[in-house]
Amino acid sequence: MRDPVVRGDGSTSIFWKLPLKPTDIQNGDYFHKVVDCQYACPAHTPVPEYIRLIAQGRYTDAYMINWVANVFPGVLGRTCDRPCEPACRRGRVEEQPVAICRLKRVAADNKSDVAERLPKVSVAPTGKKVALIGGGPASLTVARDLALCGHELHLFDEHSTAGGMMRCEIPSFRLPEEVLNEEVDYILDMGVQKHFNTLVTSLKGVLEQGYDAVFVGTGAPKGRDLPDLPGREEGAANIHVGLSWLANVAFGHVESIGRRVLVLGGGNTAMDCCRTARRLGGADVKVVVRSPFAEMKASPWEKEDAQHEGIPILDNHVPIDFVIESGKLVGMRFDRVHAIYDGAKRKLVSTGQPPVLLECDDVLIAIGQENSFPWIERDIGIEFDKWDLPALDEVTLQSSLPKVFFGGDAAFGPKNIITAVAQAHQAAVSMHLFLSGEDVRVRPSPGVSLVSQKMGIHEWIYDNIVINDERYVVPQVEVEAALSDRLLEVELGYEHAEALREALRCLNCDAQTVFTAERCIECDACVDVCPVDCINFLENDEEEALRQNLRIPAANLTQSLYVSGDLPNQTGRIMVKDENVCLHCGLCAERCPTAAWDMQKFLYTVTHAGQ
Amino acid sequence: MSYFRPGFRHPELPKNDLGYTKQQYEGAISTLCAGCGHDSISAAIVQSVFELSIAPHQVAKLSGIGCSSKTPTYFLSNSHGFNSVHGRMPSVATGANLANRDMIYIGVSGDGDSASIGMGQFAHVVRRNLNMMYVVMNNGCYGLTKGQDSATADVGSRSKAGSVNRFEPIDLASVALQLGATFVARSFSGDKEQLVPLIKAALSHSGFALIDVVSPCVTFNNNPGSTKAYDYVRQHMQTTSLVDFVPMAEEITTAYGEGESRGVTMHDGSVIQLHKLRTEWNPEDRQSALNALAESRERGEVLTGLLYVERDSRELHETINSTRTPLRTLTEKELCPGSSALETINNSLR
Repeated sequence: MRDPVVRGDGSTSIFWKLPLKPTDIQNGDYFHKVVDCQYACPAHTPVPEYIRLIAQGRYTDAYMINWVANVFPGVLGRTCDRPCEPACRRGRVEEQPVAICRLKRVAADNKSDVAERLPKVSVAPTGKKVALIGGGPASLTVARDLALCGHELHLFDEHSTAGGMMRCEIPSFRLPEEVLNEEVDYILDMGVQKHFNTLVTSLKGVLEQGYDAVFVGTGAPKGRDLPDLPGREEGAANIHVGLSWLANVAFGHVESIGRRVLVLGGGNTAMDCCRTARRLGGADVKVVVRSPFAEMKASPWEKEDAQHEGIPILDNHVPIDFVIESGKLVGMRFDRVHAIYDGAKRKLVSTGQPPVLLECDDVLIAIGQENSFPWIERDIGIEFDKWDLPALDEVTLQSSLPKVFFGGDAAFGPKNIITAVAQAHQAAVSMHLFLSGEDVRVRPSPGVSLVSQKMGIHEWIYDNIVINDERYVVPQVEVEAALSDRLLEVELGYEHAEALREALRCLNCDAQTVFTAERCIECDACVDVCPVDCINFLENDEEEALRQNLRIPAANLTQSLYVSGDLPNQTGRIMVKDENVCLHCGLCAERCPTAAWDMQKFLYTVTHAGQ
Repeated sequence: MSYFRPGFRHPELPKNDLGYTKQQYEGAISTLCAGCGHDSISAAIVQSVFELSIAPHQVAKLSGIGCSSKTPTYFLSNSHGFNSVHGRMPSVATGANLANRDMIYIGVSGDGDSASIGMGQFAHVVRRNLNMMYVVMNNGCYGLTKGQDSATADVGSRSKAGSVNRFEPIDLASVALQLGATFVARSFSGDKEQLVPLIKAALSHSGFALIDVVSPCVTFNNNPGSTKAYDYVRQHMQTTSLVDFVPMAEEITTAYGEGESRGVTMHDGSVIQLHKLRTEWNPEDRQSALNALAESRERGEVLTGLLYVERDSRELHETINSTRTPLRTLTEKELCPGSSALETINNSLR
């Protein structure tokens, strides 16, 4: 017990600062958080597990681990927003994280035929009918999970085939059609009934057809426009909303664009628009964005790719109007601004310089996208919130009309594919519970296992050598070739040798350092050998003080402390490990004379519908 | 499969006054048994030299033969090293020191190397008050030859095989005190909080500084009945006082009540702060240190901490009035002053 602390305001209330309790490693949540990449992935893909398989050349096995967790490894290996990479531990001990996303692509590109490995529908039909509205990643994920549960699935999409935003919004030079088709077809071939070229205009109408449950996965299909900007109407023939324009290109309805193109917006859609424009005849394409370059929403690598193709990005330019001459668009005027910050709030203030005129033949507006539910009647029992989004239970994704579930961008607004997949897995769990007459709030537990990796003296099942290599660059085709063909994929993907080296950069964070206090003799061997000084033996204290008292203070509060119980030697100390920059090299376990430390592989799997 | 230390270090590793991190003071990865006390002592040396901001090239590490004497490979890779003959490290250290008194000398030895084959050398390096730190990694057995009792094994201590030692031990700390050592300390490899300040004090001492460190042999002498096992030492460890080392030019911040604390100012101006002193013990009184050692031996305790320090110690160079200049920088003119100089010397002897 510590001294009671009197509050600063002089109030009489006191509280006790309590020493930390031993970490409960039986609870899977602790080690789950240590595997940063998997924890950050919305679908909790077991990243280190598949990266090891890639290093072993077992591409098909690596692919299947991905396919189970995230359904579209080939697509995501090219297009994922990669929330795993900023979380990657490697990025905390050196400059760059492991190229997790592009390693996933290596598995997808080099796998053998997986047809035999795909699960077969092995249960008897349940007789329940499910409608899936929208053929994008969310609906397809629900379809895959529910097909295996024996439900009858009906998939509706306005286009001639499924894929949704993966087809309409992501250009082929980033995601080749064959890759998309392959992964979409795996799901459609599971007995999904296809209703393509069918625009659903009334949810009421769907419900009246007797479906037992409905999943809404219609995304955020509406591109934002600038309807009030002067000249918008007069120039309409040469002003396009980026999202629709990309879809028209994907389906072959648009094949060319003017020579001089301005793309408005700073997100990934703007990057896709400008690069597509370059391939459709736009020789002079510029991106014009309101915010400073560093604050653009686009992923850094997408900005780089655009610039690499000779597309300048003009930041701090706020549009004033479209310039029309003789009824035709000839350019746009912009006010130059600079950002002023008031805490987290940003204001763009005019620099007072005269407006800039940028001449152009066409303008693509890519300034954001939003949900659109004109087809959902407001009197059928589905509540909407003040942003006109459906009121949903965040865990179950069930709407206020119990048989209707949402997922993907349609649920909580535009995010990304991997989030859509993760939500769809959860929606599918809910729908299966609902269709089985069970409580959707009683969720299945994740699968967890912890297995020792020791093979012998200095020998572990995993490759524990930490290599010093810096991140490998993914090779690309020559710019001229890329710009001449809209369908030619720009990134070539890693070769086998590079993939192996990149895979070896993974620190195997799932090989957990498991400490058994009862065996410890406090010889300090682990403390002395640890390359990153993360192991400590000291007196217990409350967390804030304990973090300060470590050999190197544990300043990264997002990372946990692993705390032991009392040690058997009666020295009054406990073991405290700061997980922050642990390299999972296993030296603590190698130098431990009593095997109080062991490296154990922790596997965490999200439980899907019907499992 | 590996036995390999990664190149990455903690990104917030502190730097010392020279701008170095601890990494610049590390050695190769240890090949001693997992859990060996010697590795902890190596780590304590790394920590101490780093914290004292000593440039690695200013240090020479010397050793004899044995597990202990392998350890200079495992610390201070950027320093000079000499792995000498069994028990003969003191001679090599003496030679090196006489040739260049500007360096800092760290001698590492074991109970076999110092208390058996090297006993004679040990005795003479102590009485000459050579300016060096002499660390004995004392595990009470011959770990490199499968754990036979060494000369420091206590009477009645039981080996891993079950045999009981019948011979009186040599207590190197007491022997050193009797031979006139000017800095004597004892510590335990499992207690860096004590060991690191003692090493820093020993390195700051001008003259011979012995630290006898009980360092359990996990493989051959960590069994029940052994008096050099981790749990035995922890249970029987007593201290003369708590030790803080305060380098010169740093403020003393720890506050203790009167009579509980005592500062010993070293030759270079740094201060050894002692707290919670054992009664009847005076760190600057050789006899009280000998008494304290004898009494705790009677009680079966392991007395650790600073045992004795002589702040006005005169090291060997001062006694023999040798040149301040390292020999390597002397030119032929100074080394061979010519026949007239010889004549002057000869005349002075007539």
